[in-house]
Amino acid sequence: MELSRRKLLAMGASSIALMSLGTLPAFASKADDEIAKFTGGAALGEGALELTAPEIAMNGNTVPIEVSAPGAVSVTVLADGNPVPNVATFNFGKLNASRSASTRIRLSKTQNVIAIAKMEDGSFQMAKANVKVTIGGCGG
Amino acid sequence: MASGVKPRVKVPKKSSAGDVITIKTLISHKMESGQRKDGDGNVIPRSIINRFVADFNGENVIDVTLEPAISTNPYFQFDAMVPESGEFHFTWYDDDGDVYETKKKITVS
Amino acid sequence: MGMKAITFVSALVFASSAYAQDSNQLNVEGEIYASTVAAPSHMENVDTLYSGWHFRSGETQALQLDDFDNPGMVFIDQGIDFFGKVDGSEGKSCESCHENVEDFAGLRTALPRVENGELVAMEDLVNECRTERMGADAWKWSSTNMTAMTGLIGFQSRGMPMSVKTDGEAAKFWEKGKELYYTRVGQLDMACSNCHEDNYGVMIRADHLSQGQINGFPTYRLKNAKLNSVHARFKGCMKNIRATPFKEGGNEFKALELYIASRGQGLAVETPSVRN
Repeated sequence: MELSRRKLLAMGASSIALMSLGTLPAFASKADDEIAKFTGGAALGEGALELTAPEIAMNGNTVPIEVSAPGAVSVTVLADGNPVPNVATFNFGKLNASRSASTRIRLSKTQNVIAIAKMEDGSFQMAKANVKVTIGGCGG
Repeated sequence: MASGVKPRVKVPKKSSAGDVITIKTLISHKMESGQRKDGDGNVIPRSIINRFVADFNGENVIDVTLEPAISTNPYFQFDAMVPESGEFHFTWYDDDGDVYETKKKITVS
Repeated sequence: MGMKAITFVSALVFASSAYAQDSNQLNVEGEIYASTVAAPSHMENVDTLYSGWHFRSGETQALQLDDFDNPGMVFIDQGIDFFGKVDGSEGKSCESCHENVEDFAGLRTALPRVENGELVAMEDLVNECRTERMGADAWKWSSTNMTAMTGLIGFQSRGMPMSVKTDGEAAKFWEKGKELYYTRVGQLDMACSNCHEDNYGVMIRADHLSQGQINGFPTYRLKNAKLNSVHARFKGCMKNIRATPFKEGGNEFKALELYIASRGQGLAVETPSVRN
């Protein structure tokens, strides 16, 4: 009886573990799908793409971000907790010197902002920033 | 026809050949995301600026695809290398088919 | 003396645990605005006035330093359009009589004020012109049109110190406003002073409490991506306390506006400011 109880507990624990794996936020995989679309599944390097976003956004309506990737052909930005993860794609022309851009985005809640850059040599870079979106006490 | 949509751009009037200048652009547009519901519970349909292009003397500087997650009154700041005097041409494309444009000249010495 | 001592002690206690407002300089387009000034003598419990700008995050502060980056400027532009637009039975625009909107410099610093025994705010003056001189409909107090116009007119006084008259004919309205400021209301049973005088600098949930100044109104709020009038903000504050708000454009809010304006005496007009 002890053995089967232990087994039962073990089975219970693993099934809970499996369940929690299965209930990963659906949005996170949507973002992954979009990344795969952009990169064709290629490997993602790090270090050549800079993503600047505030640590705490006082309001999710207007969050300033900047992407910078010298040598990039284009940069796509995603928000993995938004209902639709795609935010914008910047395609840089010949006259774009720094391959950088700033804009203001909407974040529906605390989440990761992910930037993927496609470099001139066909490789890909990734940068991630976690932004906490707060709701003030004085909504008014 | 989206009403009250107005573009504004900030471009230096002069620069030296080969300089990198900073450009800021803004267009007043609600950017209805398609996520909001009206008083009766019906979804308010998406209606946004979906593309922004900046060219200089016919050459592309930047071409942005916008999604509903871009804030109301889309704002962009970016750089451009200006090899010679000429004109910047900025274009915004609206979901409803409207196109908004503005131009800015720059003198390069 | 007892009350003052308690306030003093609680201020010390809160100050030690507060995110104090910063001491950055409000430098807009190269011009430094008075955003930290000595409090006027009528304020017994506050020594220094701080603009609401000082209580905002670095990113929000940055938005106000450049007239292109300032998201409120889009609405000032709209105000310029309205200023030149013909409206009403008389076939006039604001411009027909007021040739240069720049001539309004200084007006914002002195409002609300008493005219013919009544306290008037800028919205009253705009609607008075519209209904009596343009033959046009009055604009709703906090509508897009009105805030664009009060924004445009307020913008002409940007940088100038707030300076409302609180004595003479204005005294009785000012006293009424002061009484309202210190009166507890609503389910949460709080007065304006409980947050904005006793606890400015402290966090309320994720918001950094300010002194509740109105020198930057109408203000662009990130929360609703548009210009907000003073009375709309008062209304929102009262709803937060679960109180039935007074009417926008009504006597209570106008008296309160006069009193709160006097609590900002000396601070530079920042219209259109950028806040949460």
